[in-house]
Amino acid sequence: MSESADLVVVGAGPAGMAAAATALDGGLRVVLIDSGAAPGGQFWRHPPLSAREAVPTADLHHGLSTYRALCATLSAHEGTGRLTLLLNHHVWTTAREEDGFAVHAMDRGRAPEERAVVLRAPALLVATGAYDRQLPFPGWDLPGVLTAGGLQSLLKGGGVVAGSRVVLGGTGPFLLPVAAALAARGAKVVAVCEAAAPSAWLRHPAALLRNPAKWAEGARYAGTLARHRVPVRTRTAIVGAEGEGRVAVVRTAALDAAGRPLPGTERRIEADTVGVGWGFVPQLDLLLPLGCDLADAGDGTMAAAVDDGQRTTVPGLYTAGETCGVGGAALAVSEGRVAAVSVLTDLSAPARPGTRRPAAERRAVARHRAFARAMAQAHPLPPAWPAWLTDDTPVCRCEEVTAGAVRAARADDAAADHRQVKQLTRAGMGWCQGRMCGPAVHCLVSARDQPYAPTERLIATPVTLGALADSGEPTTDPS
Amino acid sequence: MKVVVVGAGIVGAACAFHAAAAGLDVTVLDRGPVGAGTTSRGEGNILLSDKEPGPELELARLSRDLWDEAAEELGPETVEFETKGGLVVASTPDALGALHAFAARQAAAGVRTEAVERVGELEPHVAPGLPGGVHYPQDAQVQPVLAAAGLLRAAVRHGARTHTGEAVAAVTGTDGRIAGVRTADGTVLPADAVVNAAGTWGGEVGRRLGAPVGILPRRGFVLVTEPLPPMIRHKVYSADYVANVASSDEGLETSCVVEGTRAGTILIGASRERVGFDTSMNPAVVARLAAQACRLFPFLRGVHLIRAYRGFRPYCPDHLPVIGPDPRVPGVLHACGHEGAGIGLAPGTGALVTAQLLGRPWRGADPAAHTGLLPDRFLTTGGVPK
Repeated sequence: MSESADLVVVGAGPAGMAAAATALDGGLRVVLIDSGAAPGGQFWRHPPLSAREAVPTADLHHGLSTYRALCATLSAHEGTGRLTLLLNHHVWTTAREEDGFAVHAMDRGRAPEERAVVLRAPALLVATGAYDRQLPFPGWDLPGVLTAGGLQSLLKGGGVVAGSRVVLGGTGPFLLPVAAALAARGAKVVAVCEAAAPSAWLRHPAALLRNPAKWAEGARYAGTLARHRVPVRTRTAIVGAEGEGRVAVVRTAALDAAGRPLPGTERRIEADTVGVGWGFVPQLDLLLPLGCDLADAGDGTMAAAVDDGQRTTVPGLYTAGETCGVGGAALAVSEGRVAAVSVLTDLSAPARPGTRRPAAERRAVARHRAFARAMAQAHPLPPAWPAWLTDDTPVCRCEEVTAGAVRAARADDAAADHRQVKQLTRAGMGWCQGRMCGPAVHCLVSARDQPYAPTERLIATPVTLGALADSGEPTTDPS
Repeated sequence: MKVVVVGAGIVGAACAFHAAAAGLDVTVLDRGPVGAGTTSRGEGNILLSDKEPGPELELARLSRDLWDEAAEELGPETVEFETKGGLVVASTPDALGALHAFAARQAAAGVRTEAVERVGELEPHVAPGLPGGVHYPQDAQVQPVLAAAGLLRAAVRHGARTHTGEAVAAVTGTDGRIAGVRTADGTVLPADAVVNAAGTWGGEVGRRLGAPVGILPRRGFVLVTEPLPPMIRHKVYSADYVANVASSDEGLETSCVVEGTRAGTILIGASRERVGFDTSMNPAVVARLAAQACRLFPFLRGVHLIRAYRGFRPYCPDHLPVIGPDPRVPGVLHACGHEGAGIGLAPGTGALVTAQLLGRPWRGADPAAHTGLLPDRFLTTGGVPK
């Protein structure tokens, strides 16, 4: 199937939904494409429509009124025929063409069947979000150790409480809603280990004061955690997990200022499930091969560089949400709207929106960005985290590459970046292609102040060779 | 003799390996880490099967023996050296006839070839109904970055040094002979000889040294599947690969080469496009390679592609590498333009360059036997590439 539109939006999370809605209101023909079974992305992940009644999840969400309004706008435009909403579609690559972009996807609506789909448009908006940043520790490859985001997805997407005694660890405000949601659904959250100091937020009062909604949200989580007697331990990290075939014990330790475990502070906590999150990494797989520039996001990662209209450095290519630096759903919605206004302007769409609203959205973006920067500075990766690793701790789980092997590549072959480590050790060459281990390998070999930039991945998601073979034009090849 | 090797790819590493072993004072200069350019973008082919009788095949035969020696010294496991053999299959009786004729000429030039009637006996999962093929037992494979890193480490054990920096200009003495290389930060590395082993960037490095050579990029994509249990034993490719390797066609050519790796992944090459240094993704190429691979091995239809990468093969207009002293700047030697054969030809190139530096044969490389690869072939009397 091949379809053309004015704008293709990849990713139907908060940014993509908002962008599509604004572009549709402005008169464009839009294709909105997502790998999920329903719009919403990770933040507004919902069970499939058929299971909504049986699995209520409304209490787990934040900002649902915005979500419902966006859904209503989108479904109205499906009615007018200007919106093509493609769910269960996995975009495996994008390419620049003479008149814009081609987006190559596989329709997995009738899995395991895969059907190749190509979408073409003069403008492309990538809103692919972010994924959990993981740091390895001894035992992190045991079943029962999940990402904090994974725990949240299971809850929101299927009402699944992934464990009965849960320890959460890492850093960042995201740990709190995960803990609150798990506790509200009956899990015993034994501890939340936050590596940052409790006073860290107070160093950036201005950014916090300008975002009262965030205070309210935080207060709500704090209330839930207090009600369920969930202890939040600051300056503490999960430094190990143990168990036979599955995690049974979590080791935690208090950290010194550099993030090194303080001797004598280690505790052993019985748990069947561990959720770990060290913030997020922008998902740039579709953007990098198109050649757009990156910028330091201020949280140890590189993100797409955009102007104040969410334009990347590639003409016709826009991005909004976490791909421009992790900052949460409210920011993503505002950026999505700003990006759509830029698309309308750049395509000289007939019904241009007034200038008042875009200016307000831009102010909202600036305010949320300031808050995100403050959060990032309050929740850095502890610089001494590699002190938790033993030489036999696996860093790349797909290819079973240990911390010792990565350190040897640095020492013996002067490897100074994760790409070179990959070539020498296979770390990052397996199923996940370094999405999981890349940031950690980066920290182990690169200069400390250098943000993580992922390797370019020409194939954004695995696809079968058979489906690819059938997608091409018939060849004149004699074989 | 002080020798600066510009380029820490497989060819530069092999030059350093041999020159240092011969007792020369070697410094390897590269702006990046070992094997970060085209070396890391290929499949690690060490092939005799795809080469016409001629100067390249002569170097490839020497190089094949030197790979055995090098792997022995480095440890075959550490560089994933596998003498797996190649299997070239024909899809039609006509193509098989042409393949047999080609193999007969190679055999006359010293390549071991074995006609195969039932290819399924060598490769149980190959498509049924193929009329036959030719087995090349000498074809082998190596993990190219590990090999380059291993050769460079061995060179360092023999006394070589490495220097991170970018070559910007030659320093020449009053006699016009090279005296050193200036790097981007102003450092001058003294040299009696400079080896241009900069691969795809060899044309630019040659220009900076005052000895330009016409090296151009030819883009290629390689596909990598999910890891599987061993399914494919040899390097298996269709007979039209040979025609494409030697072709000068401007447009896209694909002819798939399929092989397993030690890690369980299956590599699928190889496309050839002349698009300059354009790095953009070409989904049509990926689809075509996938289609060809599935025709050769039908089980691949259900196997996932998890990665694709592309690189730029350095080629000369006549598809031969340029190896030897440049007559325009005494002391400059070229060792580049190996196109898609750089991994296979690296040890032979290193030995040949070393022999040229020493002025006598080295490890079986006799400069008098490889004159067809000298830079002179491109030079008019004015000293400008034709």
